[in-house]
Amino acid sequence: MIYTKDLRKEFIVRTKAGRFRRARKTVAAVDGVSLTIERGEMVGYLGPNGAGKSTTLKMLTGVLTPSSGEVKVCGLTPVPQRIKLAKRIGVVFGQRSALWWDLPLGDSFELLRHIYRVPPAEHAARLLRCRDLLELDEFMQTPVRQLSLGQRMRGELTAALLHGPEILFLDEPTIGLDVVSKQAVREFLAELGERGDTTIVLTTHDLADIERLCRRIVVIDHGHVVHDGTIEALHARYGSRRRVIADLNEPLPHRIDVPGAELESDTGLRLVFSLDGANSVGPLVSKLASSGLLRDLTIAEPEIEDVIARLYQSDARVPQPSPAT
Amino acid sequence: MAETLRVYLKLIAAQGRAQASYRTSFWLDLAGSTVVVGADLLTVLVIFSRVPTLAGFAIKETLILFGLALTSFSLADLIVGNIEKIRIYVRMGSLDTVMIRPLSVLAQLLCADVGFRRAGRIVYAAAVLVVATGYAGIDWTPERVAMVVIAPIAGAAFFCGFFVATSTVAFWWIESGEIANSLTYGGRDFTSYPITVYSGWFRKIFAFGLGFAFVAYYPGLLLLGKQDPLGGPSWLGWLSPLVSAAVLGLAAFIWRFGVRHYRSTGS
Repeated sequence: MIYTKDLRKEFIVRTKAGRFRRARKTVAAVDGVSLTIERGEMVGYLGPNGAGKSTTLKMLTGVLTPSSGEVKVCGLTPVPQRIKLAKRIGVVFGQRSALWWDLPLGDSFELLRHIYRVPPAEHAARLLRCRDLLELDEFMQTPVRQLSLGQRMRGELTAALLHGPEILFLDEPTIGLDVVSKQAVREFLAELGERGDTTIVLTTHDLADIERLCRRIVVIDHGHVVHDGTIEALHARYGSRRRVIADLNEPLPHRIDVPGAELESDTGLRLVFSLDGANSVGPLVSKLASSGLLRDLTIAEPEIEDVIARLYQSDARVPQPSPAT
Repeated sequence: MAETLRVYLKLIAAQGRAQASYRTSFWLDLAGSTVVVGADLLTVLVIFSRVPTLAGFAIKETLILFGLALTSFSLADLIVGNIEKIRIYVRMGSLDTVMIRPLSVLAQLLCADVGFRRAGRIVYAAAVLVVATGYAGIDWTPERVAMVVIAPIAGAAFFCGFFVATSTVAFWWIESGEIANSLTYGGRDFTSYPITVYSGWFRKIFAFGLGFAFVAYYPGLLLLGKQDPLGGPSWLGWLSPLVSAAVLGLAAFIWRFGVRHYRSTGS
């Protein structure tokens, strides 16, 4: 569905050097990205600000011409075959509206039907679904400029889907949304992804988006892919640890020793163990249970935020040779 | 093809509805655009109130050139005048949303802001041309009738190409400012007068290098049945559609090249 090999995009940045002179510097925003995404996958594309996420997305959608490397989307080369490709993909730029600013939201949908030449019945069916799931009805007749951000984003999502795209690209779809709107957008995307006929690629800063939606995450930093795989693989790679928190009725008479589990803290009535991501919590839990003093037990999954933060801070310039799925 | 045209008509209609949602501003602009162009004509009249002829051209002859240039320019301005806004699109990165649609980028931009507000200028320009031809007492032959129809259309095509080509600068040079405007408005003012007014390299560059002599000057001579003071043959007027076609072709090429250099903005 999507294939890139050594994709690069360079920009020339001019900086001030003296009163009239400017120095030119070439900066690679995307520096050798190779990705293969299959039909029906939901991929989260993650990275700090300026890592090259949006630039990659714009090369995949035919907005930007790559400086070098190969790129195929739906078997097409995005820039030369932009118009053909546009009919088969949907794009939402979270920061930019693709709707008609001064017209009622419904008018935008009607115009899009003509632009993409969607048969009226198909259009009506898709629109009905979106109106239902995203609750558009109360603001269909409101000019787009008067919509709240959350309402507008639901409109943008609908607009990107009315022609039944094979791939949906979302560039920060939940940016700036309140909790309720975020939830609505996420639920909608999750439902769309589960049906399996739409490939979804989304960039985001919101890790909750990723955890809720994506089986696979690609992390990019300084234009390089630093991780490509499942969230579990990411945890394994960066040594994330799960915690087992045991609350007891009274202090244990003797220490519990289970290989791989490390006692992090002990306040008498509360024990906190940490385990390597690879180890099972089974033996530890059964030992605790058999002591007969266990009142409550919590297993805390590793926080993805911690992992990502560590990833951004570590030297990310070493590209990862193969996807660790 | 017909289907594509219908899509663009829908887009234009949508744009019309959007503009109509700012009603007062629309009528003010429409009125304003008519007043502003009136000033150009006044300049010509003032000049001729001081001198009987201008570089071999009488007022009635100059008005023909003025009318042809104005009609051509106004038509072009109505169709592609808003292309100058490409500057804003490029700077803000909003071309992104245009490029994800399965339509031509250029056509979408033009449809996104058709200059209904400038429609008044066409009426005004056509009136000037009609009055000028009456005043000049043209001896109407079939070929002159054909020329008076062809020249404004070819001239409009010329200006369209020129507008598009110069606005493309924005793709490379985001702070291009008014450079495109100074070239197009400068070009219009250049063609409004006989090229014999200008001299030396300036005339060579604008009249022949950029082709502005073929917008109004040569077609005008043909209409007037006037000998070219520079000694050119009278059939040069008929080259104007060819020159326009060449300019359009070149503009399309430059535009395509420019779009490939679009850099977008960070987000």
